[in-house]
Amino acid sequence: MSEKLLMKGNEALAEAAIRAGCKLFFGYPITPQTELAEYMAKQLPKRDGMCLQAESEVSAINMIYGAAATGSRCITSTSSPGVSLMSEGISYIIGSDLPCVLVNVQRGGPGLGGIQPAQSDYNQAIRGLGHGDQHVIVLAPNSVQEMASLTGEAFDLADIYRMPCMILADGALGQMMEPVDFGAHTPREIPAKTWATNGHKNARKHNVVNSLYIAPEELEQTVLDRFERYAEIEEKEVKYDTYLTEDADIVVVAYGITARIAKTAVRMAREQGIKAGLFRPITLWPFPSGELKALSATASAFLSVEMNMGQMLGDVKLAIDCAKPVSHFGRTGGMIPTPDEILVHIKKAVGGDN
Amino acid sequence: MAGILLAGFGGQGILFAGKQLIVAGMKNGKEVSWLPSYGPEMRGGTCNCSVNIDDEPIGSPLVTTPDILLAMNKPSYDKFVSKVAAGGTVVYDSSLVTPDEIRADIKSCGVPATKLANENGFPKLANCIMLGKLMKETGLFDGDYFRESLRAASPKAKPELGEMNAKAFAIGYEYED
Amino acid sequence: MIVFEKPHALTDVPFHYCPGCTHGIVHRLVAEVIDELGVEGTTVGVAPVGCSVFAYNYFNCDMIEAAHGRAPAVATGVKRSNPDLTVFTYQGDGDLAAIGTAETVHVGARGENITIIFINNAIYGMTGGQMAPTTLLGQVTTTSPYGRDQKLQGNPIRVCEMMATLDGTAYAERVAVDTVQNVRKAKAAIKKAFTLQQEKKGLSIVEVLSTCPTNWGLSPEKALEWLRENMMPHYPLGVYKDITKEEQN
Repeated sequence: MSEKLLMKGNEALAEAAIRAGCKLFFGYPITPQTELAEYMAKQLPKRDGMCLQAESEVSAINMIYGAAATGSRCITSTSSPGVSLMSEGISYIIGSDLPCVLVNVQRGGPGLGGIQPAQSDYNQAIRGLGHGDQHVIVLAPNSVQEMASLTGEAFDLADIYRMPCMILADGALGQMMEPVDFGAHTPREIPAKTWATNGHKNARKHNVVNSLYIAPEELEQTVLDRFERYAEIEEKEVKYDTYLTEDADIVVVAYGITARIAKTAVRMAREQGIKAGLFRPITLWPFPSGELKALSATASAFLSVEMNMGQMLGDVKLAIDCAKPVSHFGRTGGMIPTPDEILVHIKKAVGGDN
Repeated sequence: MAGILLAGFGGQGILFAGKQLIVAGMKNGKEVSWLPSYGPEMRGGTCNCSVNIDDEPIGSPLVTTPDILLAMNKPSYDKFVSKVAAGGTVVYDSSLVTPDEIRADIKSCGVPATKLANENGFPKLANCIMLGKLMKETGLFDGDYFRESLRAASPKAKPELGEMNAKAFAIGYEYED
Repeated sequence: MIVFEKPHALTDVPFHYCPGCTHGIVHRLVAEVIDELGVEGTTVGVAPVGCSVFAYNYFNCDMIEAAHGRAPAVATGVKRSNPDLTVFTYQGDGDLAAIGTAETVHVGARGENITIIFINNAIYGMTGGQMAPTTLLGQVTTTSPYGRDQKLQGNPIRVCEMMATLDGTAYAERVAVDTVQNVRKAKAAIKKAFTLQQEKKGLSIVEVLSTCPTNWGLSPEKALEWLRENMMPHYPLGVYKDITKEEQN
């Protein structure tokens, strides 16, 4: 077993990216993800790579677009307001079928919001990362360990499916320190990047990276092709975790940092004789709908817990076809829910006291 | 096992002290987490960090009802002492904190860490003196074990820093009112 | 006997440009330079939104289409991941001097080893004749129907002069393609710009004063006259920065 290191989530993610063969970082400073850029700035030049601070998030994402077009593994990271600025570029990257890894270490919003942890960019990540018919793969780590291991996975997924993969973290995961083992991710087989615009060397026809299709028939076809790939991802790449769900009356659904707090609440509920369980989506897109639906046969209620006003609630209801009651509990604006608070809502959901 | 909150002014070594606790915890086979306060308040203002050391995987990294509070200034003591779990422990720097009230349901331990650090010629190591007192009063880790862990925390090029850390720790550990 | 040969770096796809538009000439000059330097296989071009958005159909080197204004950032990403490639952007005035000003200024500040081909025709062509950042005072466009008014719409930007102030800019020259002689000068400027990039001297930019007969509402001939009479006085031709000259001094 490889040795565990104590690192901040932001740093662990950066280190994992470098170990995944990423040589290029483009970004713009914003709290609470700045350690990631700082780590890259320090490490990449020593490890055959390059870190460039762009003049804005708008430029950073377009540098990523250029670097990804050449077939190089590249990454950018930002926090909530920065993602809004990157939105245009992300859509172009999707429309041009380019792989890259995007990191959002979320903070409270809207607007300048705050700098404390939040999950209020769920909808943006799942439904509106860029204009047009599109998805990106969204991974939600819940520990410093997963900040590292899901980063390696994110690069592989991006390359295999030729699309951006987003790590949707939050300020707590970025800032906290925990032990991490960098051997936890096993790299996957990556197809050759025959589409890359890295100079044809007079050996092939010229490659074009483009998202413009003036003829609607042609554009429609590119979208349909992309959605076929999305269907394959929904079939093959769903990731989730469960805790005590087999016999659970009440299933708490939570991802990221919230999931581990919810796990404590589930444990406390069990101690009080309440059959609670935890379902943790790791891929937020594709959402583990089928696996959640299966639980609706045995559970009598679901409680969706997030650090937002209920952005995942609809996805949980859809997943189980509203077969059982689904309630929401969340804190927002940078507030982190406590296990006690979640326990109160678990009790409410099962119709117990309080 | 324990949720620990460390709080004080920026520059007092709060984050370092917290990190030493999880280093010792990890080496001891425990689950650990460390979460600092961050942002503008880090720059010259108050500073705190949440530390969890447990046998079970850590849930929330944020410590809201600490079993142990380490308070290195009056504002931190005032802000957090009421949050300490019943039966818990507060260790405070008595050269900077004169408690307005002492809770009867928790163990209160003062150590004049800043004064002792100045007297011993290492004014920046009040945090290690505090850790010594914390270890003595809570038994979180064996005193000798933690002192050696603290000694090893210094960069290899500067072993003298580790020596000073260990010495400061011992002063806190052995301090009696 | 071959009297006119298409440069290899251009594809067989016919240009979509309007009659009298000078994009075609500039495309050809860039392609000739690529041929002469023998770099087609190691060149990547970036064409953002604007009339030249379809440039990826016309050049035989690898091509990337970019968002409006972002070509310098995209080119930066390409160049930083593959420093040995020759990378050029092909940008219009709205793209470079309005929506993409930050990107443009910062490749100059960083001394990014790329070449910008800047087409300045003082109007937005693709969207149908709106005011550009380089539209002259008094010039009528669909969004300055009473003529560009300094108090209302501000002043036209002189890009080469601005870029020349940046330490990372190695070469900045303004040319035109209105006469045979000027076309020759333009090609020499483009070639020099590419060469300085290969020598890793920093950013090189060639601004080409161009016509837009369609949106100016003039015949191609009259458009060239208008360019000479109105644009050249405000945007004088010439070399605004040449790091090789400075190195000699």
